Amino acid sequence: MPVLSVRDLSIDYTTRKGPVHAVRDVSFELEQSETLAIIGESGSGKTTLAVGLIRLSPRGTKVTSGEILYTKKGLTTDVRTLDDDDLREYRWAEAAMVFQAALNSFNPVISIWEQFNDTARAHGMKDSRRVRDRADELLDLVHLDAKRVLPAFPHELSGGMKQRVLIALALMLEPQLVILDEPTTALDILTQRSIIDLLKQLRERLGFSMIFISHDLSIAAELADRMITMYAGRVVEEANVDDMFYRPRHPYSVGLLRAVPRVSGALGSVASIPGSPPDLMRLPKGCSYAPRCPYAIDECRAADPPLIPVDTPRHQAACIRWKHVAEVLGSNAEVPVAEKLA
Amino acid sequence: MTALIELDHVSRAFATPAGAITAVDAVSLALGRGEAMCLVGESGCGKTTTGRLLTGLLRPTGGRLLYEGKDVWLTKGADLARFRRAVQLVHQDPYASLNPTRTVFQTLSAPLYRHKKANSSRQALAAVTELLKRVDLTPPENFVTKYPHQLSGGQRQRVAIARALTVDPKVIVADEAVSMVDVSIRISLLNLLLALAKEFGVTIVLITHDLAVARYFARRGRIGVMYLGRMVELADTEALVTDPAHPYSAALIAAIPEADPDITRSKTRVELRSAEIPSLLSLPPGCTFHPRCPLSEAGLCDVKIPELLAIPGAREVACHVAVRERTGARAAVTA
Repeated sequence: MPVLSVRDLSIDYTTRKGPVHAVRDVSFELEQSETLAIIGESGSGKTTLAVGLIRLSPRGTKVTSGEILYTKKGLTTDVRTLDDDDLREYRWAEAAMVFQAALNSFNPVISIWEQFNDTARAHGMKDSRRVRDRADELLDLVHLDAKRVLPAFPHELSGGMKQRVLIALALMLEPQLVILDEPTTALDILTQRSIIDLLKQLRERLGFSMIFISHDLSIAAELADRMITMYAGRVVEEANVDDMFYRPRHPYSVGLLRAVPRVSGALGSVASIPGSPPDLMRLPKGCSYAPRCPYAIDECRAADPPLIPVDTPRHQAACIRWKHVAEVLGSNAEVPVAEKLA
Repeated sequence: MTALIELDHVSRAFATPAGAITAVDAVSLALGRGEAMCLVGESGCGKTTTGRLLTGLLRPTGGRLLYEGKDVWLTKGADLARFRRAVQLVHQDPYASLNPTRTVFQTLSAPLYRHKKANSSRQALAAVTELLKRVDLTPPENFVTKYPHQLSGGQRQRVAIARALTVDPKVIVADEAVSMVDVSIRISLLNLLLALAKEFGVTIVLITHDLAVARYFARRGRIGVMYLGRMVELADTEALVTDPAHPYSAALIAAIPEADPDITRSKTRVELRSAEIPSLLSLPPGCTFHPRCPLSEAGLCDVKIPELLAIPGAREVACHVAVRERTGARAAVTA
């Protein structure tokens, strides 16, 4: 039984010029203890989707269709139907979110201890001694010295320390699901590494499921079990991490993977994706990636292709040319795309 | 060959409310014509300050900045004006570095008029068209009347590069010039800068925190690694990424996550003795990396500041232990 099952979710932004279809017919499932990475360029809808999963979307956002089914102890509820009280419960106790720009997620005028206490009180933990014990335990878990960190104000902590505190806060109510938006962006290399290692440790120890949104493919390579590529609000490919990195079948996934150089191993044929993402208010007819796609044929411009199984039943791509993509990439070996195309 | 532009033991101190800090400490770097190199390091390592010193936007508190062999801070008048035109900076944030109330044409034609490269609007339009073509904003007529908000991040950065090109620079310092654009288009921007180096002989220093970007950009050149204001290693790119000599470079390369699950999940880490980065206000004595360094030797590294020394294998390194071992190893082989 998956922890989270999203079905045909569509989210619009209402603007003066009309609706922007930021997320279109997104479906996926997340198993217990599984880590899912959602990748794509800015404007691909990945953050809108993540925020939508905990119904924290800003005003002017409308879920136009679909279900977000959350299962705990055999009991399934649709997050879309929760009332305010249940939603508050769901938000931190079941599904916690760690936002991008860790630096701005704190209230700057209260100490870290007060941030813990506020969060606890908002969720009905009134006994501040118990909160203190829990804070100590959590900070220990993220390798921070509680005595030093709790009395500090946010500006006194480094970027990496703040990110650790935010992860600790997210884990306070032992959520089943942790959603992270760009968890290591804006952090230095060594700090980034320590946060990645920390997330791995915590996941192993606490067994939560994780969804993270990132434009950084290397974080996905480190942490993900499964991956989703989003383009223009749609899921265009879904696969396990090795299939996505070594055997992508959607030209957009291929393009993204090829756009990122590596430090180790051969550089291969690195290249950018030509053009820019489409205007979500005026999507092209047919496949929205076709105008940038090197493999597009006339048929691609006729109808938006559905997600279909490729290679294996657990690997899906929304591309009628996926066999051609497979041919272009050649071997199925565990070698990155840029090297296969070199 | 004399260098086109050179930092000769350049330092820069700043007074802060908490005390004086040395953001850049005796950095030496000589660049030839058409060279494409990268400066890398974590935040606070002094790479941006080094970029500002190179472009003459900051006056060094020690050492000299040389352009064509002349001390820039001793030149005046026409010579100084020539340096100002020859060395240009491209900023990180294309959303902040372009005036939002000016069209692309206005942004690009202003410096053309100022430096008398255009005297009429017809000349200016012809020059702007040429510049837009050079940065691949084609067809140019689609872009001349656009305002920055009508452009994507990548297109804005191209306009910023075109603006730097208006004065025919010989050196471009690009500070995190691709960090704020989408991953999908970074390579094309880097290729654009590389083409300027190759086709027009422009010397380009790309400052970045991203080692993978540095490796791609400087693949035929050098990478300089900075730590707490000092250059700790300066080496040919492939030598640096495959066999880093300085323990800090080695730690960075071992730590960086890679976009390849097999490689990234099987990397061997370099364990540092401490994760704490010392404050610039109270730098450790000797080698500033010694409190974190796995190779640190008491009585040596915590006492004596290592100099950046050339060792075999196309590189310079500021590490007592690495210098001893690498020169020793080579001596043993030749003997």
